[in-house]
Amino acid sequence: MTTKTILTVDDSRTMRDMLRISLEHAGFVVLQAEDGVHGLEVLAGAVPDVVITDINMPRMDGFGFIEAMRRDQAHRSTPILVLTTESDTDKKARARQAGATGWIVKPFDPVKLVHAVRRVSA
Amino acid sequence: MDPMAAIRETFFVECEEQLGELERGLVALENGTAEADTINAVFRAVHSIKGGGGIFALEDLVRFAHVFETSLDGLRSGTIEVDSAATAIMLRAADVLADLVRAARDGSGHDHGRVASASAELAALTGAATAQAPAPVDDLDDIVFERVQLDTTPTPAPATPAPLPEARRTWVIRFTPRAEMYAHANEPGLILRELARLGTIDVRLDADALPALDALDPEGAYFSWTIHIETECDRAQIRQAFEWVEDHCALDIDEATDPSAPPATDTDEGLRALLARISQEAAEAPAAAPPAGAPIPAPPALPSASASPVAVTDKRAEQATTIRVDLQRIDRLANLVGELVINEAMLTQHLTAAGLARAAGLANTMESLSQLTREIQHSVMAIRAQPVRSVFQRMPRLVREVAAMTGKTVRLICEGEETEIDKTVIERLSDPLTHMIRNAIDHGLETAQTRIEHGKPAEGTVRLSAIHRSGKIVIEVSDDGAGLDRARIRAKAVEKGLIAADAPLTDDETDNLIFMPGFSTAATLSDISGRGVGLDVVKQSIHSLGGRISIASQPGRGSTFTLSLPLTLAVLDGMVVSVAGHVLVVPLGPIVETLRPAPGQTHRLGAQSRVMALRGGYIPIVDTGVLLGFRGQDETPEQVVALLVEGENGDRIILEVDELQGQRQIVIKSLEANYGAVDGISAATVMGDGRVALIVDVDALIAASRAEIPAAGRSPTPRHEPETLLTR
Repeated sequence: MTTKTILTVDDSRTMRDMLRISLEHAGFVVLQAEDGVHGLEVLAGAVPDVVITDINMPRMDGFGFIEAMRRDQAHRSTPILVLTTESDTDKKARARQAGATGWIVKPFDPVKLVHAVRRVSA
Repeated sequence: MDPMAAIRETFFVECEEQLGELERGLVALENGTAEADTINAVFRAVHSIKGGGGIFALEDLVRFAHVFETSLDGLRSGTIEVDSAATAIMLRAADVLADLVRAARDGSGHDHGRVASASAELAALTGAATAQAPAPVDDLDDIVFERVQLDTTPTPAPATPAPLPEARRTWVIRFTPRAEMYAHANEPGLILRELARLGTIDVRLDADALPALDALDPEGAYFSWTIHIETECDRAQIRQAFEWVEDHCALDIDEATDPSAPPATDTDEGLRALLARISQEAAEAPAAAPPAGAPIPAPPALPSASASPVAVTDKRAEQATTIRVDLQRIDRLANLVGELVINEAMLTQHLTAAGLARAAGLANTMESLSQLTREIQHSVMAIRAQPVRSVFQRMPRLVREVAAMTGKTVRLICEGEETEIDKTVIERLSDPLTHMIRNAIDHGLETAQTRIEHGKPAEGTVRLSAIHRSGKIVIEVSDDGAGLDRARIRAKAVEKGLIAADAPLTDDETDNLIFMPGFSTAATLSDISGRGVGLDVVKQSIHSLGGRISIASQPGRGSTFTLSLPLTLAVLDGMVVSVAGHVLVVPLGPIVETLRPAPGQTHRLGAQSRVMALRGGYIPIVDTGVLLGFRGQDETPEQVVALLVEGENGDRIILEVDELQGQRQIVIKSLEANYGAVDGISAATVMGDGRVALIVDVDALIAASRAEIPAAGRSPTPRHEPETLLTR
């Protein structure tokens, strides 16, 4: 079985650490970006198997990032999971409209996170 | 370290940064200097704190951050107007949020009343903007906390939360994806795998809609599946497996009318085998090999060979402008560089001793080596350096609080926040600065009424500035208040017995009396600047950092505290002296002057003590050699050099040494860590010739001399006298 690579896009260092540690512990290779613009830069040179992104970020938010990914031939079929809070039904809908594959409700624990990733990666 | 503990640490570090960002943004909004993205940055700051707080289940923090975020959202969307009333509420809320963060970090309690009133203020702000909005309390219900279930019964709880363990039912699911589902990168195979986790499944593919190859749209959707699942789960749990695709497929879930009906018989062998594999994998490890799903017309994924990895690497390198490094690693590096400096000095000395210093080639090489060494040393010190911003940014809040308590209107102006100084120094600057700013507002600034009467603007100004000046950092706290009342200071000092009634003091000397221990000008000690400690404590803590503090004042125009601090604590400016054949280093900070006593200037006082007549006062003399046990009482040489030193508490003594060898920058080596604590000695260093030189602890020497010599005069001594050899 080949190792899966996950790209996480989040401006909060706490969240990035949480994502990286949880995912690496589960055996994934983790790439990280700090906002949408940075995320697209990373995608220009990498082909992650799953992308996890936050919504609220400086420079380019999660919606813009997802839309840009879906326009890109190289990444349009990559599963994208959005980090969201339960109360944000509106955000979920917007994220889905932008092209998100699924979502992870915050606050999450490593088990929930890894399960969500496995739900979209073969 | 436990990874969660490490993340928690990161979280609190990040919180502090976000709180700084929040305050800066709100202040910019208040001053009208906000930029387009300021409101968003402020919103993100609170949002991040809330998000991180959720990870660690910091409920009070998350709850308050949520209320705050709702208000900021109103601000962002324009439903709440950005006026001074709104920003004042937000600034107060930012302070409360900071308290909650620190309470969470330290595990301490917080002021529930303040949190509640700040919440109410924010809610009122939000409520006023959207009249029919639900009460803010309802908003809080949106936050869902995942709690760990505590099983209190003696028997283990069932692994699955099925209401009726026995009730295995069979469901029939009809699942027809639409093209959007594939476009969103959802794969039917994975959904089937998710379903297989819930029970025993049997899947039938309906490919009847598949057109001929020439009519096939590779991104179209042509398949549908019928799934029989035997499970304990209910409809909602089954639906959960489809939650990400509900909008993008046709989905029917029904309970099978005839549970015993055989599952589909026309499933071909291949699919059957596949499903067996799916079930098996789901049971074993959810992330096993791909189930090579049913023929899914996945959108073509082009290889991304076109992208140039090199260019990307460059871009990312530009992004990474900062990295975080454990402080201990830097300290270790600083130590090693210290060793390098010493080794370099030793090498030079050996070469000189061997007569090789001027040998062709060697001189140049040694020159560039020492230059490199110095550059490395500076670079390492620069790593430890941080902008003073981190301390300065705590001050606006302090000013608001003190202003509110005293009823004065105060504007704080910060300058030179980018000025860099050693991290250790920064950490220990907060308390003295806090004290001085309190002092400036409480004692320095007049009330608005008085200010107007004196033709000044009603709003008082406190200025906090930092600047580099000749290898030191100078921090000033100034106010445009009334200035010091010299007559009162003098009267107080006389009353407390700190100076003689007729002591001739310059204005400057009078002003600096306020740093003497036991001095306090305010007739009634207010709880604002007072807090039970005087400015002598501030002076002490600045001294312990190797710095100096002074005050200058102009009546009616205001006062200025000036702190001058070393850029680093790892290197010390010292006077190298010799005493009874030993080399010692006296820190330059406490040395007021060095002088050569004239005959008849020293007087015996009793059998053993001596004092020196200096400008009308008498200062106790201590032979450093005797005090440290290098020689006996009667072995003091004829010719000595006297160092007038002043301790942290303002006491002065004369330290006698045999010879001055010169002023030098030395690398401090801990004695406690390498040998053990020695009375009168604070640390050690290694000289160029490899000898260890002890660094004397001036305060300890003063204390030790007190034990032997009765206190003599300790009046502040004016400088610039003829016998002075060297003044700092």
